[in-house]
Amino acid sequence: MKRKSLFLIFGLAVLGLVLALFTQPSPSAAAETKTVVIAFTASQTGKLNVEGMRQINGLNLWVEQVNAAGGVKLPDGAAVKVAAKFYDDESKKERVQELYTKLISADKADFLISPYSSGLADAAAVIAQQYNKIMITAGAASDSTYKKGYTLIYQSYTPASRYLTGAIDLLAKLDPKAKKVAIVYEKDKFSTDVVNALKAYAEGKGYQVVLFEGYEPGATDFAPFINKIPAGVDAVMGGGHFVDTTTFAKQLYEKKVQTKMIALLVAPPEPKFAELGEACISVIGSSQWEPLANYTPELAKAAGLEWYGLSVADFTSAYKKKFNEEPSYHSAGGYVAGLILQKAMEKAGSADTAKVKAAIDAMDLMTFYGRLKFDTSPKAHGLQVGHDMVYIQWQKDAQGKPVKQVVWPEAGKTASAFVCPVR
Amino acid sequence: MLAQLLPSLTDGLLLGFVYGVAAMGLSLIWGVMTVINLSHGPVIALGMFATYLLFTHLGVNPYLALVAVAAFGMLLGFLIYGVAVHRVLNAPHLSTLLATFAVNMIIIGVGTAVFTTSPHNIDFPLGSWEIGPLTLPATRLVATLGAVVITGALYLFLYFTRPGKAIRAVANNRQAAELMGIPSARILALSFGLGTMLAAVSGGLIATFFPFTILSGGPYELKSFVICVLGGLGNPLGALLGGLLLGGLEGLIPTFMPVSWVPVVEFGLFVLVLLVRPSGLLGAK
Repeated sequence: MKRKSLFLIFGLAVLGLVLALFTQPSPSAAAETKTVVIAFTASQTGKLNVEGMRQINGLNLWVEQVNAAGGVKLPDGAAVKVAAKFYDDESKKERVQELYTKLISADKADFLISPYSSGLADAAAVIAQQYNKIMITAGAASDSTYKKGYTLIYQSYTPASRYLTGAIDLLAKLDPKAKKVAIVYEKDKFSTDVVNALKAYAEGKGYQVVLFEGYEPGATDFAPFINKIPAGVDAVMGGGHFVDTTTFAKQLYEKKVQTKMIALLVAPPEPKFAELGEACISVIGSSQWEPLANYTPELAKAAGLEWYGLSVADFTSAYKKKFNEEPSYHSAGGYVAGLILQKAMEKAGSADTAKVKAAIDAMDLMTFYGRLKFDTSPKAHGLQVGHDMVYIQWQKDAQGKPVKQVVWPEAGKTASAFVCPVR
Repeated sequence: MLAQLLPSLTDGLLLGFVYGVAAMGLSLIWGVMTVINLSHGPVIALGMFATYLLFTHLGVNPYLALVAVAAFGMLLGFLIYGVAVHRVLNAPHLSTLLATFAVNMIIIGVGTAVFTTSPHNIDFPLGSWEIGPLTLPATRLVATLGAVVITGALYLFLYFTRPGKAIRAVANNRQAAELMGIPSARILALSFGLGTMLAAVSGGLIATFFPFTILSGGPYELKSFVICVLGGLGNPLGALLGGLLLGGLEGLIPTFMPVSWVPVVEFGLFVLVLLVRPSGLLGAK
């Protein structure tokens, strides 16, 4: 009996040891295998799906590259792998809040990336701040989100207030005699922020805004607005998002509107805009980033900034290889949102929210996407203050096919802008 | 002001013709069987998608595709009538309203799953025609022509063919028509089929100049209600006049006030007409 008990105790001890070996990883193994969940909603369907999918493609490329490189390398030698978790928000605000709550509570998200568009990102920002999660916004240019007292929301885009103002400067260069500007815009958060700033800027420069009228999101018939554009107008500006702006550009062409410049939001920088054919020629668009952008380590050095991440050429070729299409600024925005988190985790040496937040607050660097620096004042915390826009115009190449050229600012242009031809 | 009024009014009237075709279907179904067909909007959207699929996948000219879309609309109408409407036809109005609303939800649900809610576009540019001071996109002119042809064909069918006369007889007095030997069940199914056919064809016409999603039929369904009231409830040919009236208003209003006031004026008028003449401006036949 005594011998039996001894065997039993011995057996239990061995079993305990075996269990302990299998269930208790060593401290170094825990550090090496840490995985953070980066969560977001994607507008896979609905009116924002073109821009939304480009953004998600960019973000997924970053996830793939980081994990292929063994994860985010922390200073102590540990690596943090990234797991992406997302749902389709159908381009609807009401779905966004429900899904972000789920991503945080059920899917245990560590960091968040915003959905595409200012309206959806604004809805997600409330949830991120409420649950104490850092959210990098991509495709969310509206200024107002960052002026609500949030402390964990960071903007990767140039704010809406600086989105189209360069078009006025370009118009002055293109035709110094130009005086009349018509602004037709989508009545959503982002576009309204952009055109309010544009109107104030244009009037400040002595331009006369002869038409300033908004259309409802989802509008398909722009004839009532086009008919209101007075004859002799020098520039037509505005638009909103991809679908409506593309339709607006198409109908401006069909109605043969004569003007010197057409500068629209969001749609023109998208490669898909070229499907309009003749209707896209001469249309100008403001872009957060272009594959022709000349951001380099040398430029960073000259500006006294740290260079971080891959080059413009590497990003463009990796994106083309994976998705078989040219990346747009929406794609670059998605990628850079991940890059910001990567750099912040590396600097913080941890995936802890407070430490990563401190690293992002202190960030001032240059990447393939341009300069990144965030406002840290309580008044506009997280607002992007380092990044600048470029302006593209659709022109024709030697074969007569539509091709994008950077036409503004003067320093980075690849071709000179031209006045809209007679239609 | 005048320089803006002319193109704006012309654009509105051109669109009004297409609105008229969309509303004719709703009006016909109401006129014959007093059913408020809430599946009208999704059927318009299905017409858009049918034209789109024929154009993009089979390369069929979108205007020729309308013939196939019309046949599809008719068959769909028979199906909806047989499955959802026929059994509840004599029940209170709420039953048919709910039955067609259920069909609405089913079409939108299946349509969202199949086509998603991403916008689609039929890229079939025909250029623009310049007529005096007006620049008119050719797609809208062709759609207007299509609407006129469809209205003419409907008129000829209703007034000069036996089934057309039977539809009018059933609309007028179903029991009396049955006593005269008219098979009312078949005529009701035919009327419903014609109604959905008109909705699908109008969808096909709209798809040639505006981008669309599976939800795009909704606004046209709402406009159809206003048109039915303007053109006279149960008067399918009056619907074209109602459509023109509505399109005209849509052209006229933006000349004097912001475009966002258009629905306010439209629906204000809708309520006013209902209060003053509940059977519509042109009355029921």
